[in-house]
Amino acid sequence: MDWIQIGTAIFLGAMLIFIFPSMRHAVKNAPKGSNKDWLNYLMIMVAVGLFIMFLIQMV
Amino acid sequence: MNPNYSVATQSSSSTLATNKLIRNTYTLLSMTLLFSAGTAAVGVMMNLSQGMALGATIAAIVMLWFVLPRTANSAMGIPVIFGITGLLGLGLGPVLNYYLAVNPSIVMTALGGTGAIFLGLSAYALTTRKDFSFMAGFLMVGLIVVIGASLLNIFLSIPALSLAVSAAVIMIMSGFILFQTSSMVNGGETNYIMATASLFLSIINMFQALLHILGAFNNND
Repeated sequence: MDWIQIGTAIFLGAMLIFIFPSMRHAVKNAPKGSNKDWLNYLMIMVAVGLFIMFLIQMV
Repeated sequence: MNPNYSVATQSSSSTLATNKLIRNTYTLLSMTLLFSAGTAAVGVMMNLSQGMALGATIAAIVMLWFVLPRTANSAMGIPVIFGITGLLGLGLGPVLNYYLAVNPSIVMTALGGTGAIFLGLSAYALTTRKDFSFMAGFLMVGLIVVIGASLLNIFLSIPALSLAVSAAVIMIMSGFILFQTSSMVNGGETNYIMATASLFLSIINMFQALLHILGAFNNND
């Protein structure tokens, strides 16, 4: 393992430590979505996924 | 009966403030994207080493966490956001060099694809004015999971895991674009510099993940 991988691992570990409190705050305080809200998000993600599959065919 | 003008005034002033926020955010975002593209070109032409690119990325993230929150409400926030986006663009140098050597159309397709996804999601959030704040917890948990998986994959080096992480990054960054745009529309975000930083990070992470996916499937042909 070279020092760039070690540096990247340390950087990612530091990111995890810094983002963790924000994650905990968001999970505790964010409003809860309805089934309709999540279904809406899922449909958008399906559209994004299909678009990416189209891009893969283009390359 | 006299109409309640004060309510109409408050509604129109908040609409004006929201429109001003959106306009300032997208203006600053387009300028920082152009600047970042310029520094990325510099990184490509200089044939920047991976170590320098990692250093530039770390410096950008340090500025994002420790400097930008302190300057976002002042005029100093503008040079800081340009500094952050410039460093992140510079950090893309080695990655772009690699994919340009494999197949230049990968970079162009990833660029166009990222732009199209961003425009589509932003247009959806702006026109429907739906509230995506319910996604905050899910997106933050997803971010922790992909960072953890990336950290693990440094030691495991599993290509399939790497692809799965890239796919997850695209989904999560798409969610962040929806979340951040709806925050601007619905009053959750009032600072155009912080909004620009959030959208820029979503775009650049999505671009890198899309580069990785397109590069992997190009190699498999």
